Amino acid sequence: MSDTIELAAPGRPLGAYTRPKGGSGWRDWITTVDHKKIGILYGATAMFFFGVGGLEALLMRLQLATPDGTVLGADTYNRVFTMHGLTMVFMVIMPLAAAFANYLLPLQIGARDVAFPRLNALSYWVFLAGGLFLNMSWLLGDAPDGGWFAYAPNTGVIFSPGHGMDYYVLGLLIMGIASLVSAMNLIVTVLNMRTPGMTLFKMPVMTWMILVVQFLLLFAVPVITVALFLLMFDRNYGANFFNPEMGADPLLWQHLFWIFGHPEVYILILPSFGIISEVIPTFSRKPLFGYPFMVFSGIAIGFMGWGVWAHHMFVSGIGPISVAAFSMSTMFIAVPTGVKILNWLATMWGGKIKFTVAMLFAFGVVSMFTIGGLSGVTHSVAPADTQQTDTYYIVAHFHYVIFGGSLLGIFAGFYFWWPKVFGHLLSEKLGKWNFWLMLIGFNMTFGPMHILGLQGMSRRIDSYSPGFGFEFWNMFASIGSFIIALGVLMFVINVITSARRARHEPPVGPDPWDARSLEWFTPNPTPVHNFDELIQVDSLDEFWHRKYAEDENGRVVRVATAEEVCQDGSATDVHLPSPSYWPFVLAAGFPFVGFGLIYTLWICIPGALLILMAIYGWIFEPTDDPDGPHGHHAEDSSDHDGAEAPSEVVGETAEEAPVG
Amino acid sequence: MNTTTQNVEAHEGGHDHPTDAKYIRVAIVLGIVTALEVATYFVNIPGAILIPVLLGMMVFKFFYVAAWFMHLRFDSPMFTKFFVTGLVLATLVYGVLLTVFEFWTKG
Amino acid sequence: MADAAAVDHGHRTGTGLSNNKLLMWVFLGSECLLFGGLISTYLIYRSRYADGPAPGDIFDIPFTSVSSFILLMSSLTMVLSLSALQRGDIRNNRVWLLATALLGSLFIGGQVYEFTTFLREGLGYTTSPFSSAFFTLTGFHGIHVSLGIVMLVSLLIASFRGTLTKERSETVEIVGLYWHFVDVVWIFIFTVIYLVPSPTS
Repeated sequence: MSDTIELAAPGRPLGAYTRPKGGSGWRDWITTVDHKKIGILYGATAMFFFGVGGLEALLMRLQLATPDGTVLGADTYNRVFTMHGLTMVFMVIMPLAAAFANYLLPLQIGARDVAFPRLNALSYWVFLAGGLFLNMSWLLGDAPDGGWFAYAPNTGVIFSPGHGMDYYVLGLLIMGIASLVSAMNLIVTVLNMRTPGMTLFKMPVMTWMILVVQFLLLFAVPVITVALFLLMFDRNYGANFFNPEMGADPLLWQHLFWIFGHPEVYILILPSFGIISEVIPTFSRKPLFGYPFMVFSGIAIGFMGWGVWAHHMFVSGIGPISVAAFSMSTMFIAVPTGVKILNWLATMWGGKIKFTVAMLFAFGVVSMFTIGGLSGVTHSVAPADTQQTDTYYIVAHFHYVIFGGSLLGIFAGFYFWWPKVFGHLLSEKLGKWNFWLMLIGFNMTFGPMHILGLQGMSRRIDSYSPGFGFEFWNMFASIGSFIIALGVLMFVINVITSARRARHEPPVGPDPWDARSLEWFTPNPTPVHNFDELIQVDSLDEFWHRKYAEDENGRVVRVATAEEVCQDGSATDVHLPSPSYWPFVLAAGFPFVGFGLIYTLWICIPGALLILMAIYGWIFEPTDDPDGPHGHHAEDSSDHDGAEAPSEVVGETAEEAPVG
Repeated sequence: MNTTTQNVEAHEGGHDHPTDAKYIRVAIVLGIVTALEVATYFVNIPGAILIPVLLGMMVFKFFYVAAWFMHLRFDSPMFTKFFVTGLVLATLVYGVLLTVFEFWTKG
Repeated sequence: MADAAAVDHGHRTGTGLSNNKLLMWVFLGSECLLFGGLISTYLIYRSRYADGPAPGDIFDIPFTSVSSFILLMSSLTMVLSLSALQRGDIRNNRVWLLATALLGSLFIGGQVYEFTTFLREGLGYTTSPFSSAFFTLTGFHGIHVSLGIVMLVSLLIASFRGTLTKERSETVEIVGLYWHFVDVVWIFIFTVIYLVPSPTS
């Protein structure tokens, strides 16, 4: 904990502000720049929003359980389904991926933190600000109702006269800043902060997938930023970007949105692919099959994902040539994904499978994503998609890939890395209830939607009439959705009871799963300074190779116990980046600006002041302890985030670390 | 990829900074090209020649500012890769967008 | 090496490149997608001028040529300011920083004049898709320039406070990268929007 580590003492400030000392309690969390705490913040916040989005889902399923449902009026339904989508995509899956990326990526590359710790904190607080801002629309009676895709001109000021879509625009713009900043940070981190010996091709596949995601974010977020500004200007300043009466083309919105939107879905799935690429080899007790193929297929998905966007627009009137071109490119993108599935299967084949809950969830991902991927391939055939589009068949597809793919993968990650983060295991028994309830409930809910869609049930509408034959499967699906909720409840119970139980039990030792990558070198939970000494990496799966070698017959034999290989976390005098208030203050300015742009410009003023003050406070605060061991840092007024990689203090730390 | 960490050098890629005189010469060249570009406005040139010529001059200026003023010529290729990746991706993606809107034929 | 400006010595990074500089280049990569979107929107809408003026009617190429040239020259002064600081020449670093900020401000002044002229001639923000796209694109660019001027002035202030030393020249370099990028975007805009023949009504 923090009292065994000397944090940088506050240096002499240029301005009026000193760096806060680390401490405990809420101040610690507000000023933290520790990637691990930030990861936990992302995870906890995302799970809160998961509850919100889940409630929205249950409301929808209650409404649709019977024909001509009366649970939600049409307007309310539109808001609920819009917010459900926005919440799940932007406030659950993406921040959960960020949680894993933040916590694990520095550890997996053997670093002590990211390249820009304060920017990292900023990303989280800005995300929180944006998410809360968007959800405030519920309380102010004006949640957005145009769908997460917000097609113009429906979302223009004529057909969406309230403030709902303004919340949409501003909420997403704010959250986009968080993602963009985080992407820049993690890219620099992966390039510059790897431990000695770790070439790019010795990084775990999870690190690679996260890196690809950051590149996708880097280039995709600006596109939706443009779209959102254009919509904002149309709605609020009389611009003519999507106004057909003035000669504009509403399809421009769809194009810009989906140029972002398609890379976005790869942003949603690749982290889970990364997670299960770690889980499956561990519980098959075999190295990942085809590491180079896994890396290159991930990169290929990243590239090819830019060339398929108009498959979301096959029936929008873009014309047969465009349709044919995008149909073909969409078929091609199935190939690298198929490569991954085959590689996971090949990893399991001949392995000694251990059916832990994490592994069960990983199985879930492989099977459910395959189903979702297959329905996706059917969409790529444009003539077939003409029937499928705007029906529940599409709803089935994307839930199979996002829930069955992304979310189950994230749960695999929870069970796998829980001991690393919290120092105790989640109960395997409760975990099995969690898994099976979720899997069964999920298939009950979304499986029948394939049928409903092909039978002609429209999506994006608040009710359906009796007599079309939709009643049975809708009721079935609604029951399934509550079983999902039970499954999630099992998870919550598991979290709480495992934490309680852990208080009376000895802490889990290092390496509970006999794993393969660098993060398992540290004790559990991870000490605040990560590694006592930096690790020299000689091979992929370095951790595994320190424990196992091959004997003269080529068989794998154990050469060291986990206790012998793992570090004990007792290093002192590790220089860590100092905490800071400014990321929190900067983020706090954004909701004010948002409310000001919606209601009255006066409110923008405190927001702008907070942002300006925070920027200059950030620039002027001392980067770290000026007398710290890593070179001269005059109090600077430079405008860069001055937290340099502390990794160079290896030398000092190694000498000072107590032996044994 | 470098397998070991390296000290950040004072100037990655060597120490051959252009002199001020060199920068000024680059600026003069850029100024001349700009003048030529503007000159096209006053002369009647058929579009089929004019547009490629203008785009060519634009690319030339772009390249010169990036290579010399932004120092890409002398710096690590990694910086160039990032910039070019963004440029190429934007060109390809938005090129396709413009194609779908029939910009090249009707725009 | 008279121009050696050791900023981050002692900080080992995987690529040997400074974190901050790499961050700026990564950011500039993403900005290509931002401006690309705005430029594409403009190109799609440039022929949709409703009842208002068409681009070919209203652009004043000679005027815009002058302001484009000014911005181009500001890139020169920017790199001269960096070069001065790398030599340890604080005074000229300040002179050229000031010159860059002034030239940038002149450019913005030119933009403001151009916009108000267009307004008087019947091209408002809401006149047509063309007008909205034009003002949004050039407006975003102008905001980027203005933020750049704020950064330049901040550097100047730091210099007068004595904290912008030769050792910190990388900061000027990074601000310079941003500034040159904004100039390069304008090179693109000037050619593609102004010089390439536009529809007339």
